[in-house]
Amino acid sequence: MKVDQISVFLENKPGALAEVTRILGESGVNIRALSLADTKDFGILRLIVNDKEKAKEVLDRKGFTVRKTEVVAVEVPDRPGGLADIMRILAEADINVEYLYAFVQQSGENAIIIFRFDETDRAIAVLSEKKVRILEGKKVYTL
Amino acid sequence: MIWNEEFETLPREALEALQLKRLVSTLERVYATVPFYKKKFDESGVKPSAVKSLKDLQRLPFTTKSDLRDNYPFGLFTVPLEQVVRIHASSGTTGKQTVVGYTQRDIETWSEVMARSLAACGVRKNDIIHNSYGYGLFTGGLGIHYGAEKLGASVIPMSGGNSKRQVIIMQDFGSTVLTCTPSFALYLAEVAAEMGVDFKKLKLRVGIFGAEPWSERMRDEIERKLNIQALDIYGLSEVIGPGVSIECIEAKRGLHIFEDHFVPEIIDPQSGKVLPYGEKGELVFTTVTKEAFPLVRYRTRDISVLYPEPCKCGRTLVRMERVSGRSDDMLIIRGVNVFPSQIESVLMNVKGVEPYYLLIVDRKGNLDTLEVHVEVNESLFSDEVKDLQALGRKIEKEIKDLLGVTAGVKLVEPKALQRSEGKAQRVIDRRKI
Repeated sequence: MKVDQISVFLENKPGALAEVTRILGESGVNIRALSLADTKDFGILRLIVNDKEKAKEVLDRKGFTVRKTEVVAVEVPDRPGGLADIMRILAEADINVEYLYAFVQQSGENAIIIFRFDETDRAIAVLSEKKVRILEGKKVYTL
Repeated sequence: MIWNEEFETLPREALEALQLKRLVSTLERVYATVPFYKKKFDESGVKPSAVKSLKDLQRLPFTTKSDLRDNYPFGLFTVPLEQVVRIHASSGTTGKQTVVGYTQRDIETWSEVMARSLAACGVRKNDIIHNSYGYGLFTGGLGIHYGAEKLGASVIPMSGGNSKRQVIIMQDFGSTVLTCTPSFALYLAEVAAEMGVDFKKLKLRVGIFGAEPWSERMRDEIERKLNIQALDIYGLSEVIGPGVSIECIEAKRGLHIFEDHFVPEIIDPQSGKVLPYGEKGELVFTTVTKEAFPLVRYRTRDISVLYPEPCKCGRTLVRMERVSGRSDDMLIIRGVNVFPSQIESVLMNVKGVEPYYLLIVDRKGNLDTLEVHVEVNESLFSDEVKDLQALGRKIEKEIKDLLGVTAGVKLVEPKALQRSEGKAQRVIDRRKI
Protein backbone atom coordinates (compact mmCIF):
# COMPACT_ATOMS: atom_id res chain seq x y z
CA MET A 1 0.00 0.00 0.00
CA LYS A 2 3.01 2.27 0.28
CA VAL A 3 4.69 4.20 -2.46
CA ASP A 4 8.44 4.86 -2.60
CA GLN A 5 9.28 8.50 -2.99
CA ILE A 6 12.71 9.83 -3.82
CA SER A 7 13.92 13.04 -2.16
CA VAL A 8 16.87 15.05 -3.39
CA PHE A 9 18.75 17.75 -1.47
CA LEU A 10 19.26 20.91 -3.51
CA GLU A 11 21.09 24.09 -2.77
CA ASN A 12 19.05 27.18 -3.44
CA LYS A 13 20.88 28.30 -6.56
CA PRO A 14 20.04 28.74 -10.24
CA GLY A 15 20.24 25.58 -12.29
CA ALA A 16 20.00 23.07 -9.43
CA LEU A 17 16.56 21.83 -10.46
CA ALA A 18 17.48 21.97 -14.13
CA GLU A 19 20.36 19.58 -13.52
CA VAL A 20 18.30 16.98 -11.66
CA THR A 21 15.57 16.97 -14.28
CA ARG A 22 18.13 16.80 -17.08
CA ILE A 23 19.91 13.81 -15.48
CA LEU A 24 16.61 11.98 -15.01
CA GLY A 25 15.47 12.82 -18.53
CA GLU A 26 18.70 11.59 -20.10
CA SER A 27 18.43 8.33 -18.16
CA GLY A 28 14.89 7.75 -19.40
CA VAL A 29 13.32 8.21 -15.96
CA ASN A 30 9.82 9.59 -16.12
CA ILE A 31 8.55 11.84 -13.34
CA ARG A 32 5.01 10.93 -12.21
CA ALA A 33 4.59 13.50 -9.44
CA LEU A 34 6.76 16.07 -7.74
CA SER A 35 6.90 18.78 -5.15
CA LEU A 36 9.58 21.18 -4.10
CA ALA A 37 9.91 22.39 -0.54
CA ASP A 38 12.17 25.36 -0.30
CA THR A 39 13.78 27.55 2.33
CA LYS A 40 16.09 30.53 2.03
CA ASP A 41 19.15 28.32 1.62
CA PHE A 42 18.10 24.91 0.41
CA GLY A 43 15.31 22.93 -1.16
CA ILE A 44 14.06 19.37 -0.99
CA LEU A 45 12.78 17.94 -4.24
CA ARG A 46 10.38 15.03 -3.78
CA LEU A 47 9.63 12.80 -6.71
CA ILE A 48 7.55 9.81 -7.65
CA VAL A 49 9.13 8.24 -10.73
CA ASN A 50 8.52 5.24 -12.95
CA ASP A 51 11.93 3.70 -12.10
CA LYS A 52 13.05 4.60 -8.58
CA GLU A 53 16.16 2.37 -8.48
CA LYS A 54 17.50 3.89 -11.64
CA ALA A 55 16.67 7.42 -10.51
CA LYS A 56 18.53 6.94 -7.22
CA GLU A 57 21.48 5.32 -8.92
CA VAL A 58 22.00 8.04 -11.53
CA LEU A 59 21.55 10.86 -9.04
CA ASP A 60 23.88 9.17 -6.50
CA ARG A 61 26.48 8.83 -9.19
CA LYS A 62 26.28 12.54 -9.98
CA GLY A 63 26.94 13.31 -6.33
CA PHE A 64 23.47 14.26 -5.17
CA THR A 65 22.20 13.35 -1.74
CA VAL A 66 19.21 11.11 -2.37
CA ARG A 67 16.94 9.29 0.01
CA LYS A 68 13.96 6.99 -0.31
CA THR A 69 10.88 7.59 1.84
CA GLU A 70 7.57 5.77 2.05
CA VAL A 71 4.51 7.83 1.23
CA VAL A 72 0.86 7.00 0.57
CA ALA A 73 -1.06 7.67 -2.66
CA VAL A 74 -4.70 8.36 -1.95
CA GLU A 75 -7.53 8.65 -4.49
CA VAL A 76 -9.57 11.73 -3.80
CA PRO A 77 -12.98 12.22 -5.45
CA ASP A 78 -12.71 15.09 -7.92
CA ARG A 79 -15.54 17.18 -6.46
CA PRO A 80 -15.86 20.06 -3.97
CA GLY A 81 -15.14 18.74 -0.46
CA GLY A 82 -13.37 15.62 -1.73
CA LEU A 83 -10.07 16.38 0.02
CA ALA A 84 -11.86 17.87 3.04
CA ASP A 85 -13.51 14.50 3.78
CA ILE A 86 -10.17 12.76 3.86
CA MET A 87 -8.55 15.43 5.99
CA ARG A 88 -11.40 15.14 8.48
CA ILE A 89 -10.90 11.37 8.78
CA LEU A 90 -7.21 11.92 9.49
CA ALA A 91 -7.85 14.73 11.97
CA GLU A 92 -10.35 12.63 13.89
CA ALA A 93 -7.82 9.83 14.15
CA ASP A 94 -5.19 12.36 15.29
CA ILE A 95 -2.84 11.55 12.41
CA ASN A 96 -0.36 14.23 11.48
CA VAL A 97 0.30 15.05 7.82
CA GLU A 98 3.92 16.09 7.30
CA TYR A 99 3.24 17.28 3.77
CA LEU A 100 1.17 16.45 0.72
CA TYR A 101 1.12 17.17 -2.99
CA ALA A 102 -1.01 16.31 -5.98
CA PHE A 103 -0.29 13.90 -8.79
CA VAL A 104 -0.02 15.24 -12.32
CA GLN A 105 -2.47 12.70 -13.67
CA GLN A 106 -5.91 11.55 -12.64
CA SER A 107 -6.99 8.01 -11.97
CA GLY A 108 -10.32 7.78 -13.75
CA GLU A 109 -12.63 10.34 -12.16
CA ASN A 110 -10.41 10.84 -9.15
CA ALA A 111 -7.42 13.00 -8.30
CA ILE A 112 -4.40 11.41 -6.65
CA ILE A 113 -2.82 13.02 -3.61
CA ILE A 114 0.53 11.92 -2.18
CA PHE A 115 0.61 12.02 1.63
CA ARG A 116 3.60 11.85 3.95
CA PHE A 117 2.40 10.87 7.43
CA ASP A 118 4.31 10.65 10.67
CA GLU A 119 2.62 7.27 11.29
CA THR A 120 2.31 5.74 7.85
CA ASP A 121 0.93 2.32 8.84
CA ARG A 122 -1.74 3.69 11.13
CA ALA A 123 -2.80 6.22 8.50
CA ILE A 124 -3.24 3.44 5.95
CA ALA A 125 -5.30 1.42 8.41
CA VAL A 126 -7.54 4.35 9.29
CA LEU A 127 -8.11 5.37 5.67
CA SER A 128 -8.78 1.80 4.51
CA GLU A 129 -11.33 1.33 7.26
CA LYS A 130 -13.20 4.40 5.99
CA LYS A 131 -13.16 2.93 2.48
CA VAL A 132 -10.80 5.56 1.12
CA ARG A 133 -9.00 4.14 -1.91
CA ILE A 134 -5.26 3.82 -1.60
CA LEU A 135 -3.23 3.05 -4.68
CA GLU A 136 -0.54 0.37 -4.85
CA GLY A 137 3.00 1.51 -5.61
CA LYS A 138 3.10 -0.63 -8.74
CA LYS A 139 0.06 1.13 -10.12
CA VAL A 140 1.31 4.60 -9.24
CA TYR A 141 4.70 4.19 -10.94
CA THR A 142 3.07 3.21 -14.24
CA LEU A 143 0.06 5.50 -14.30
CA MET B 1 61.17 0.35 14.71
CA ILE B 2 63.78 2.96 15.62
CA TRP B 3 65.88 3.88 12.59
CA ASN B 4 68.69 5.65 14.43
CA GLU B 5 68.83 4.11 17.89
CA GLU B 6 71.85 6.18 18.91
CA PHE B 7 70.34 9.61 18.32
CA GLU B 8 66.65 8.87 18.88
CA THR B 9 67.17 7.43 22.36
CA LEU B 10 69.97 9.65 23.67
CA PRO B 11 69.73 10.39 27.41
CA ARG B 12 68.40 13.95 27.77
CA GLU B 13 71.65 15.30 29.19
CA ALA B 14 73.70 14.01 26.30
CA LEU B 15 71.10 15.25 23.83
CA GLU B 16 71.12 18.73 25.33
CA ALA B 17 74.91 18.87 25.30
CA LEU B 18 74.85 17.92 21.63
CA GLN B 19 72.18 20.55 20.90
CA LEU B 20 74.20 23.27 22.62
CA LYS B 21 77.37 22.43 20.73
CA ARG B 22 75.52 22.42 17.41
CA LEU B 23 73.57 25.55 18.29
CA VAL B 24 76.67 27.60 19.06
CA SER B 25 78.30 26.53 15.82
CA THR B 26 75.15 27.45 13.85
CA LEU B 27 74.93 30.86 15.55
CA GLU B 28 78.58 31.61 14.79
CA ARG B 29 78.11 30.65 11.18
CA VAL B 30 74.97 32.73 10.55
CA TYR B 31 76.50 35.70 12.37
CA ALA B 32 79.59 35.55 10.19
CA THR B 33 77.87 34.95 6.85
CA VAL B 34 74.38 36.53 6.85
CA PRO B 35 74.12 40.33 7.26
CA PHE B 36 70.51 39.96 8.43
CA TYR B 37 71.51 37.85 11.46
CA LYS B 38 74.57 39.98 12.28
CA LYS B 39 72.40 43.10 12.37
CA LYS B 40 69.69 41.45 14.45
CA PHE B 41 72.10 39.89 16.95
CA ASP B 42 74.00 43.16 17.29
CA GLU B 43 70.77 45.06 17.89
CA SER B 44 69.70 42.63 20.59
CA GLY B 45 73.16 42.83 22.17
CA VAL B 46 73.70 39.06 22.24
CA LYS B 47 76.74 37.77 20.39
CA PRO B 48 76.92 34.04 19.57
CA SER B 49 79.80 33.73 22.02
CA ALA B 50 77.46 34.85 24.82
CA VAL B 51 75.33 31.73 24.38
CA LYS B 52 76.55 29.36 27.09
CA SER B 53 73.45 27.23 27.62
CA LEU B 54 70.32 26.23 25.75
CA LYS B 55 68.41 28.67 27.93
CA ASP B 56 70.43 31.53 26.45
CA LEU B 57 68.66 30.85 23.18
CA GLN B 58 65.71 32.78 24.66
CA ARG B 59 67.74 35.97 24.58
CA LEU B 60 68.07 35.87 20.81
CA PRO B 61 65.60 37.62 18.48
CA PHE B 62 62.95 35.73 16.49
CA THR B 63 63.00 35.21 12.76
CA THR B 64 59.62 35.59 11.04
CA LYS B 65 58.06 34.80 7.70
CA SER B 66 58.29 38.46 6.73
CA ASP B 67 62.07 38.39 7.40
CA LEU B 68 62.22 35.55 4.87
CA ARG B 69 60.24 37.58 2.35
CA ASP B 70 62.40 40.66 2.93
CA ASN B 71 65.45 38.59 2.03
CA TYR B 72 63.83 37.00 -1.03
CA PRO B 73 65.07 34.91 -2.71
CA PHE B 74 68.50 33.85 -1.40
CA GLY B 75 69.38 36.52 1.18
CA LEU B 76 69.42 34.16 4.17
CA PHE B 77 71.55 31.44 2.57
CA THR B 78 74.81 30.93 4.42
CA VAL B 79 76.64 29.23 1.58
CA PRO B 80 77.34 30.33 -2.01
CA LEU B 81 74.82 29.02 -4.55
CA GLU B 82 77.42 26.67 -6.01
CA GLN B 83 77.10 24.57 -2.85
CA VAL B 84 73.30 24.53 -3.05
CA VAL B 85 71.98 21.40 -4.74
CA ARG B 86 68.24 21.94 -4.30
CA ILE B 87 65.85 24.87 -4.05
CA HIS B 88 62.24 24.63 -2.82
CA ALA B 89 59.67 27.34 -2.27
CA SER B 90 56.61 27.35 -0.10
CA SER B 91 53.17 28.19 -1.40
CA GLY B 92 52.84 31.87 -0.68
CA THR B 93 49.16 32.74 -0.72
CA THR B 94 49.95 36.37 -0.03
CA GLY B 95 52.96 38.21 -1.33
CA LYS B 96 56.20 36.51 -2.25
CA GLN B 97 56.99 32.86 -1.81
CA THR B 98 59.55 31.85 0.76
CA VAL B 99 62.55 30.18 -0.76
CA VAL B 100 64.72 27.53 0.90
CA GLY B 101 67.97 25.89 -0.20
CA TYR B 102 69.78 22.66 0.61
CA THR B 103 73.39 21.55 0.37
CA GLN B 104 74.19 17.91 -0.34
CA ARG B 105 74.55 17.35 3.40
CA ASP B 106 71.19 19.04 4.06
CA ILE B 107 69.54 16.61 1.65
CA GLU B 108 71.20 13.79 3.57
CA THR B 109 69.96 15.19 6.88
CA TRP B 110 66.46 15.51 5.46
CA SER B 111 66.53 11.94 4.10
CA GLU B 112 67.73 10.76 7.50
CA VAL B 113 64.90 12.41 9.48
CA MET B 114 62.37 11.21 6.89
CA ALA B 115 63.72 7.65 7.07
CA ARG B 116 63.39 7.88 10.87
CA SER B 117 59.82 9.16 10.44
CA LEU B 118 58.78 6.35 8.12
CA ALA B 119 60.38 3.76 10.40
CA ALA B 120 58.53 5.23 13.40
CA CYS B 121 55.27 4.60 11.51
CA GLY B 122 56.20 0.95 11.08
CA VAL B 123 57.33 1.26 7.45
CA ARG B 124 59.94 -1.32 6.36
CA LYS B 125 62.20 -2.03 3.42
CA ASN B 126 59.64 -4.35 1.84
CA ASP B 127 56.86 -1.74 1.86
CA ILE B 128 55.47 -0.05 -1.25
CA ILE B 129 54.99 3.63 -0.54
CA HIS B 130 52.30 5.37 -2.56
CA ASN B 131 53.42 8.98 -2.32
CA SER B 132 50.61 11.37 -3.23
CA TYR B 133 52.21 14.49 -1.85
CA GLY B 134 52.87 16.97 -4.62
CA TYR B 135 56.26 16.80 -6.33
CA GLY B 136 57.70 20.15 -7.25
CA LEU B 137 58.46 23.32 -5.35
CA PHE B 138 56.42 21.94 -2.44
CA THR B 139 58.67 19.93 -0.10
CA GLY B 140 56.09 17.19 0.60
CA GLY B 141 56.66 14.93 -2.41
CA LEU B 142 60.45 14.91 -2.62
CA GLY B 143 60.88 14.90 1.16
CA ILE B 144 58.95 11.64 1.56
CA HIS B 145 60.58 10.29 -1.58
CA TYR B 146 64.19 10.65 -0.40
CA GLY B 147 63.34 9.26 3.03
CA ALA B 148 61.63 6.26 1.45
CA GLU B 149 64.65 5.54 -0.73
CA LYS B 150 67.02 5.89 2.22
CA LEU B 151 64.91 3.42 4.15
CA GLY B 152 65.08 1.10 1.15
CA ALA B 153 61.33 0.88 0.55
CA SER B 154 59.81 1.00 -2.96
CA VAL B 155 58.37 4.43 -3.58
CA ILE B 156 55.76 5.25 -6.22
CA PRO B 157 56.12 8.97 -7.06
CA MET B 158 52.40 9.54 -7.64
CA SER B 159 52.15 13.22 -6.77
CA GLY B 160 48.63 14.67 -6.41
CA GLY B 161 45.67 14.66 -8.76
CA ASN B 162 44.30 12.03 -11.12
CA SER B 163 42.51 10.28 -8.29
CA LYS B 164 41.00 7.41 -10.29
CA ARG B 165 44.43 6.45 -11.56
CA GLN B 166 45.70 6.66 -7.99
CA VAL B 167 43.13 4.09 -6.88
CA ILE B 168 43.92 1.77 -9.80
CA ILE B 169 47.67 1.93 -9.10
CA MET B 170 47.12 1.38 -5.40
CA GLN B 171 45.13 -1.72 -6.27
CA ASP B 172 47.36 -3.07 -9.03
CA PHE B 173 50.76 -2.33 -7.46
CA GLY B 174 49.66 -3.44 -4.00
CA SER B 175 50.69 -0.20 -2.24
CA THR B 176 51.06 -0.78 1.50
CA VAL B 177 51.71 2.79 2.67
CA LEU B 178 49.88 5.95 1.63
CA THR B 179 51.38 9.41 2.11
CA CYS B 180 49.26 12.50 1.37
CA THR B 181 47.17 15.17 3.05
CA PRO B 182 44.43 13.76 5.32
CA SER B 183 41.66 15.34 3.25
CA PHE B 184 43.05 13.80 0.07
CA ALA B 185 43.02 10.40 1.78
CA LEU B 186 39.30 10.77 2.47
CA TYR B 187 38.77 12.00 -1.05
CA LEU B 188 40.50 8.88 -2.42
CA ALA B 189 38.16 6.77 -0.26
CA GLU B 190 35.18 8.49 -1.89
CA VAL B 191 36.60 8.03 -5.37
CA ALA B 192 37.32 4.35 -4.66
CA ALA B 193 33.76 3.86 -3.43
CA GLU B 194 32.39 5.43 -6.61
CA MET B 195 34.61 3.11 -8.64
CA GLY B 196 33.39 0.11 -6.64
CA VAL B 197 36.86 -0.53 -5.14
CA ASP B 198 36.81 -1.79 -1.55
CA PHE B 199 39.66 -0.32 0.51
CA LYS B 200 39.38 -3.25 2.91
CA LYS B 201 40.57 -5.55 0.13
CA LEU B 202 43.64 -3.43 -0.68
CA LYS B 203 47.04 -4.14 0.85
CA LEU B 204 47.26 -0.66 2.34
CA ARG B 205 48.06 -0.80 6.06
CA VAL B 206 49.59 2.54 7.07
CA GLY B 207 48.88 6.15 6.11
CA ILE B 208 51.17 9.07 6.95
CA PHE B 209 49.31 12.33 6.74
CA GLY B 210 50.29 15.96 7.13
CA ALA B 211 50.62 19.39 5.49
CA GLU B 212 47.27 20.53 6.88
CA PRO B 213 45.64 20.53 10.30
CA TRP B 214 43.45 17.56 11.15
CA SER B 215 41.76 16.09 14.18
CA GLU B 216 41.41 12.85 16.15
CA ARG B 217 37.92 12.45 14.71
CA MET B 218 39.32 12.70 11.21
CA ARG B 219 41.91 10.07 12.14
CA ASP B 220 39.11 7.72 13.27
CA GLU B 221 37.25 8.32 10.05
CA ILE B 222 40.30 7.71 7.86
CA GLU B 223 41.23 4.56 9.79
CA ARG B 224 37.70 3.24 9.41
CA LYS B 225 37.15 4.14 5.76
CA LEU B 226 40.61 3.09 4.53
CA ASN B 227 41.11 0.25 7.01
CA ILE B 228 44.61 1.46 7.93
CA GLN B 229 46.61 2.96 10.78
CA ALA B 230 46.75 6.73 10.27
CA LEU B 231 49.71 8.70 11.63
CA ASP B 232 50.52 12.37 11.76
CA ILE B 233 53.69 13.86 10.27
CA TYR B 234 54.81 17.44 10.73
CA GLY B 235 57.20 19.68 8.94
CA LEU B 236 57.55 22.97 7.16
CA SER B 237 59.80 23.89 4.30
CA GLU B 238 61.49 26.69 6.24
CA VAL B 239 62.75 24.22 8.86
CA ILE B 240 63.50 21.39 6.36
CA GLY B 241 60.21 20.00 5.00
CA PRO B 242 58.31 16.94 6.24
CA GLY B 243 60.21 15.00 8.90
CA VAL B 244 60.58 17.64 11.61
CA SER B 245 58.45 15.45 13.86
CA ILE B 246 56.46 12.23 13.64
CA GLU B 247 54.01 10.15 15.61
CA CYS B 248 55.17 6.68 16.58
CA ILE B 249 52.90 3.77 15.80
CA GLU B 250 53.39 2.40 19.34
CA ALA B 251 51.78 5.35 21.14
CA LYS B 252 50.08 7.53 18.49
CA ARG B 253 50.20 10.31 21.03
CA GLY B 254 52.12 13.39 20.06
CA LEU B 255 54.85 13.79 17.46
CA HIS B 256 58.48 13.17 18.37
CA ILE B 257 60.64 16.11 17.34
CA PHE B 258 64.08 15.17 15.99
CA GLU B 259 65.75 17.43 18.50
CA ASP B 260 69.29 16.55 17.50
CA HIS B 261 68.53 18.63 14.38
CA PHE B 262 65.71 20.98 15.39
CA VAL B 263 65.44 22.73 18.76
CA PRO B 264 61.81 23.53 19.65
CA GLU B 265 60.36 26.21 21.91
CA ILE B 266 56.76 27.18 22.69
CA ILE B 267 56.04 30.87 23.06
CA ASP B 268 53.10 33.09 23.86
CA PRO B 269 52.23 34.46 20.39
CA GLN B 270 51.35 37.87 21.82
CA SER B 271 54.21 38.54 24.25
CA GLY B 272 56.87 36.30 22.70
CA LYS B 273 57.69 34.86 26.13
CA VAL B 274 58.82 31.24 26.29
CA LEU B 275 56.21 28.98 27.92
CA PRO B 276 56.96 25.90 30.02
CA TYR B 277 56.34 22.33 28.87
CA GLY B 278 52.65 21.49 28.83
CA GLU B 279 51.43 24.96 27.92
CA LYS B 280 49.79 25.77 24.60
CA GLY B 281 51.40 28.35 22.37
CA GLU B 282 53.24 29.00 19.12
CA LEU B 283 55.99 26.61 18.02
CA VAL B 284 59.41 28.12 17.38
CA PHE B 285 62.28 26.18 15.80
CA THR B 286 66.02 26.67 15.60
CA THR B 287 67.83 24.38 13.19
CA VAL B 288 71.22 23.24 14.47
CA THR B 289 72.60 21.11 11.64
CA LYS B 290 71.41 22.78 8.46
CA GLU B 291 74.07 24.25 6.18
CA ALA B 292 72.46 26.24 3.37
CA PHE B 293 69.50 27.73 5.16
CA PRO B 294 69.75 27.60 8.95
CA LEU B 295 67.02 29.35 10.93
CA VAL B 296 67.29 30.87 14.36
CA ARG B 297 64.12 30.99 16.47
CA TYR B 298 61.78 30.78 13.52
CA ARG B 299 58.17 31.52 14.41
CA THR B 300 56.11 28.81 12.71
CA ARG B 301 52.69 30.30 13.59
CA ASP B 302 51.62 26.72 14.39
CA ILE B 303 49.89 26.23 17.73
CA SER B 304 50.99 23.23 19.78
CA VAL B 305 52.15 21.99 23.20
CA LEU B 306 55.42 20.22 24.11
CA TYR B 307 55.42 17.13 26.34
CA PRO B 308 58.74 15.89 27.78
CA GLU B 309 57.43 12.64 29.34
CA PRO B 310 59.21 9.52 28.07
CA CYS B 311 57.31 7.55 25.43
CA LYS B 312 56.66 3.83 25.41
CA CYS B 313 58.35 3.57 22.01
CA GLY B 314 61.69 4.21 23.72
CA ARG B 315 62.50 7.53 22.07
CA THR B 316 63.74 10.21 24.46
CA LEU B 317 62.77 12.98 22.06
CA VAL B 318 60.21 15.53 23.24
CA ARG B 319 56.73 15.22 21.77
CA MET B 320 54.58 17.99 20.32
CA GLU B 321 50.81 17.81 20.35
CA ARG B 322 49.16 17.62 16.94
CA VAL B 323 49.04 21.18 15.56
CA SER B 324 45.66 22.57 16.58
CA GLY B 325 45.67 25.72 14.52
CA ARG B 326 47.76 28.61 13.34
CA SER B 327 48.26 31.77 15.30
CA ASP B 328 47.63 33.75 12.11
CA ASP B 329 44.56 31.65 11.19
CA MET B 330 42.99 32.82 14.38
CA LEU B 331 39.81 34.66 13.52
CA ILE B 332 38.59 37.39 15.78
CA ILE B 333 34.82 37.44 15.41
CA ARG B 334 33.07 40.14 17.40
CA GLY B 335 36.00 40.11 19.79
CA VAL B 336 36.00 36.32 20.28
CA ASN B 337 39.11 34.37 19.26
CA VAL B 338 38.14 31.43 17.07
CA PHE B 339 40.40 28.84 15.45
CA PRO B 340 38.96 27.05 12.42
CA SER B 341 40.08 23.80 14.06
CA GLN B 342 37.69 24.49 16.93
CA ILE B 343 34.76 24.73 14.53
CA GLU B 344 35.96 21.52 12.94
CA SER B 345 35.93 19.68 16.25
CA VAL B 346 32.39 20.91 16.95
CA LEU B 347 31.27 19.59 13.56
CA MET B 348 33.04 16.29 14.08
CA ASN B 349 31.03 15.75 17.23
CA VAL B 350 27.73 15.99 15.39
CA LYS B 351 26.88 12.49 14.21
CA GLY B 352 27.03 12.07 10.46
CA VAL B 353 28.81 15.32 9.66
CA GLU B 354 31.75 14.98 7.26
CA PRO B 355 35.05 16.70 8.04
CA TYR B 356 34.67 19.20 5.25
CA TYR B 357 33.56 22.71 6.01
CA LEU B 358 33.98 26.26 4.85
CA LEU B 359 33.89 29.31 7.08
CA ILE B 360 32.82 32.61 5.57
CA VAL B 361 33.55 35.64 7.68
CA ASP B 362 31.98 38.90 6.63
CA ARG B 363 30.97 42.20 8.10
CA LYS B 364 27.39 43.41 7.81
CA GLY B 365 27.09 46.98 9.00
CA ASN B 366 29.56 47.02 11.85
CA LEU B 367 28.93 43.47 12.89
CA ASP B 368 31.11 40.47 12.05
CA THR B 369 29.22 37.47 10.73
CA LEU B 370 30.33 33.87 10.57
CA GLU B 371 28.71 31.44 8.17
CA VAL B 372 29.58 27.75 8.35
CA HIS B 373 28.96 25.61 5.28
CA VAL B 374 28.23 21.97 6.08
CA GLU B 375 27.64 19.22 3.55
CA VAL B 376 24.39 17.27 3.67
CA ASN B 377 25.14 13.60 3.06
CA GLU B 378 22.70 10.70 3.02
CA SER B 379 22.87 10.11 6.76
CA LEU B 380 22.02 13.74 7.58
CA PHE B 381 19.42 14.21 4.87
CA SER B 382 15.71 14.09 5.56
CA ASP B 383 12.78 14.65 3.20
CA GLU B 384 11.35 17.03 5.79
CA VAL B 385 12.36 20.66 5.95
CA LYS B 386 11.95 20.83 9.71
CA ASP B 387 14.53 18.07 10.30
CA LEU B 388 17.17 19.83 8.22
CA GLN B 389 16.43 23.15 9.86
CA ALA B 390 16.76 21.48 13.26
CA LEU B 391 20.15 20.09 12.22
CA GLY B 392 21.33 23.58 11.27
CA ARG B 393 20.09 25.00 14.56
CA LYS B 394 21.73 22.20 16.54
CA ILE B 395 25.13 22.96 15.00
CA GLU B 396 24.62 26.68 15.58
CA LYS B 397 23.84 26.01 19.22
CA GLU B 398 26.89 23.77 19.70
CA ILE B 399 29.15 26.45 18.23
CA LYS B 400 27.57 29.10 20.42
CA ASP B 401 27.83 26.94 23.55
CA LEU B 402 31.38 25.80 23.04
CA LEU B 403 33.03 28.78 21.34
CA GLY B 404 30.83 31.64 22.47
CA VAL B 405 30.36 32.95 18.97
CA THR B 406 27.17 33.21 16.93
CA ALA B 407 27.38 31.41 13.61
CA GLY B 408 24.89 30.77 10.84
CA VAL B 409 24.93 27.26 9.38
CA LYS B 410 24.30 26.83 5.67
CA LEU B 411 23.64 23.34 4.40
CA VAL B 412 25.25 22.62 1.04
CA GLU B 413 25.22 19.75 -1.43
CA PRO B 414 27.79 17.00 -0.89
CA LYS B 415 31.12 17.52 -2.59
CA ALA B 416 30.38 21.25 -2.84
CA LEU B 417 33.33 21.78 -0.50
CA GLN B 418 36.93 21.46 -1.46
CA ARG B 419 38.80 18.17 -1.04
CA SER B 420 42.35 19.25 -1.12
CA GLU B 421 45.27 17.79 -2.93
CA GLY B 422 47.47 20.38 -1.29
CA LYS B 423 46.10 22.54 1.46
CA ALA B 424 42.36 23.00 1.55
CA GLN B 425 41.00 26.48 1.87
CA ARG B 426 38.70 26.41 4.87
CA VAL B 427 38.24 30.11 5.56
CA ILE B 428 37.11 32.99 3.39
CA ASP B 429 37.39 36.32 5.14
CA ARG B 430 35.45 38.96 3.23
CA ARG B 431 35.78 41.66 5.84
CA LYS B 432 37.18 44.88 4.52
CA ILE B 433 38.48 46.68 7.52
